[in-house]
Amino acid sequence: MSELFKVSSNPHIRSKVTTNGIMLAVIIALMPATGFGIYNFGPRALAVIMVTIGSTVLTEFLFGLYRKKMTITDLSAVVTGLLLALNLPVTIPLWMAALGGVFAILVVKMLFGGLGQNFMNPALAARCFLLISFPTAMTAFECDAYTGATPLAALKAGEQVNVMDMVIGRTAGTIGETSVIALIIGACILILLGIIDLRIPGSYIVTFVLFVGLFGGRGFDPAYISAQLAGGGLMLGAFFMATDYVTRPITVKGQYLFGIFLGIMTGIFRLFGPGAEGVSYAIILGNLLVPLIERITKPTAFGYEKGGRHHEK
Amino acid sequence: MAKLTFVGGIHPYDGKELSKDKPIQDILPKGELVYPLSQHIGAPAKAIVAKGDRVLAGQKIAESGGFVSAPVYASVSGTVKAIEPRRVVTGDLIMSIVVENDGLYEDVGFYPSAPLEKLSREEIIDIIREAGIVGMGGAGFPTHVKLSPKEPEEIDYCIANCAECEPYLTSDYRRMLEEPEKLIGGLKIILKLFDNARGILAVEDNKPDCISLLRQLTKDEPRISVKALKTKYPQGGERQLIYATTGRKINSTMLPADVGCVVNNVDTVVAIYRAVTEGRPLIERIVTVTGDAVANPRNFRVKIGMSYQEILDEAGGFKTTPEKIICGGPMMGFGMFDLNVPTTKTSTALLGLSKDDVSAMEPGPCINCGRCVEVCPGRVIPSRLADYAEHFDEEAFLANHGMECCECGCCSFICPAKRPLTQEIKSMRKIQLAKRKK
Repeated sequence: MSELFKVSSNPHIRSKVTTNGIMLAVIIALMPATGFGIYNFGPRALAVIMVTIGSTVLTEFLFGLYRKKMTITDLSAVVTGLLLALNLPVTIPLWMAALGGVFAILVVKMLFGGLGQNFMNPALAARCFLLISFPTAMTAFECDAYTGATPLAALKAGEQVNVMDMVIGRTAGTIGETSVIALIIGACILILLGIIDLRIPGSYIVTFVLFVGLFGGRGFDPAYISAQLAGGGLMLGAFFMATDYVTRPITVKGQYLFGIFLGIMTGIFRLFGPGAEGVSYAIILGNLLVPLIERITKPTAFGYEKGGRHHEK
Repeated sequence: MAKLTFVGGIHPYDGKELSKDKPIQDILPKGELVYPLSQHIGAPAKAIVAKGDRVLAGQKIAESGGFVSAPVYASVSGTVKAIEPRRVVTGDLIMSIVVENDGLYEDVGFYPSAPLEKLSREEIIDIIREAGIVGMGGAGFPTHVKLSPKEPEEIDYCIANCAECEPYLTSDYRRMLEEPEKLIGGLKIILKLFDNARGILAVEDNKPDCISLLRQLTKDEPRISVKALKTKYPQGGERQLIYATTGRKINSTMLPADVGCVVNNVDTVVAIYRAVTEGRPLIERIVTVTGDAVANPRNFRVKIGMSYQEILDEAGGFKTTPEKIICGGPMMGFGMFDLNVPTTKTSTALLGLSKDDVSAMEPGPCINCGRCVEVCPGRVIPSRLADYAEHFDEEAFLANHGMECCECGCCSFICPAKRPLTQEIKSMRKIQLAKRKK
């Protein structure tokens, strides 16, 4: 036996889906919302995006140097940076945006073991960190394009809002959350590519609608419900943040439960909380419950189902 | 009507077009033939010839080593050269009988013991046991044991596994097209053993020609039906097949007979037919030689014991340097390090691939995407089980139904991080199975 062939355990073929490919697809799917954000809020939005992505990638790069394990090529830091920017107001001081990026990667992701090990969505955790640390800067939605409150804040104050503007995205808000159309286009890309499915977004949105319908004080008034749906970070959160693989339950039943939990929490925060927003906190709270949700939704292995069509004996 | 199928599974590139239109071709071995005494699950066979003995094709050279065991027959005439440990496909050294082929192909003469109508249930099972027939789809479980459940009257389905869901394999396909009457005849013999059973020929719907041919040939057989299954890997897995055709579910602790089913692979059913009606022991099988690195992909009727190298030579050798050589299909086959090993009763294919996906892709961290959960036919969480296995957390592995893994490979195939999930779970299962035996 002079020349031996390669061996490995089965299977010997692999699908073409890769982690990089998934990350790239998410980046592409976020492009409509990113593009609209830049168009809507002007070049400063682009600056914020560049700063957060630069900060997340650089942080991961430096951490990689320190740990002698380079991981920036998996593109996950780019996704985190982009998502963070889309969750920030355009007026945010750039150093704050950069700090958010460092927090997301260093504290939330790398210190817990890097990709796949974080228990909270890094971008959302960073947003909440900034929101608590710098509440004024983080809720200053007045910019050249818009003066006045976000539609959700207006809605909470009992004012009229223009739902059509909200759907298109010509309102105040964070860079990437305003345009429902752009977000839905992105969500469709992810669904068509098989990256996400409707389990979490669907159960999240349906539960939220039921909750605000029942407890919002305006019943199922279509104008009110659609304003609640189109306002704030719900669409961005439901399709791009709640579906984050690492921080959502892996079990199918758990995913529905997770979505329902997010719907209820978002409803509570929005209707009864001090602020108009609730998506970010609902999702990171949900992230913390994932181990528990998985525990109670452990799947039944094939052939162990109760009441299945077993041979009657 | 919804297609007959199961939950989970994958759709890999099937590569069957390389060899599906190549008729079965008989080939004869040139050099020595090696007959491992363990080509089946259960006790090894015991050699009954000695070095220097002359043997004929079809002569028994090793007898059954117990109830769960099977005898071994010489597939050519020649002289016993040695009885010694030889390397087999898996890399193990197995005690084997080595026969120097004299090139005469003299056989012992094959005669059926009695017409089928006159044979009793016990006699048929005896013939099958004596013929050395084992599950030829790959598992190698002695067929007579499968056909002897505790309560034969409780069996209501005898399923011929014609799914051939493994990519690249076309041996069963050719068999169904070229010798369908033997397949149907074999199924009828099995049905003779089980009075209350109906026969099912379960074929994946990527073989519409087989489905219509078998339907036409069985239209006057009230006990036999042909069922078209959705084309999806691992449709031909025993548990998946039983579920798809009957709606019944078994887990790893159960046997098909527990839900009234008996499942046999196409080649096994044909071997039963030939043993009972022609008196032939199991000395031949169909082997597909294929893959993009093989010059002329073919389906060969092979004398069991012939080396893989010789079969490959018959297919024109390699046209490009193969990166990976596999015995069996790409999903459940063994990677081979050397071609100078013998074919056995369970050799379905020789596959030469010019590209090795496994070494081309570096495993990364799990991103919890859940694709393995979606595709797992055992409905467990492969990524978590692999994690428990990696950290040798036996308790968690068992509590999360780790033993329900059927090692089909879907999770490793689909994993975007290219983690060797199946391998990790398999290793742990092996350890646990060995512990049970103690």
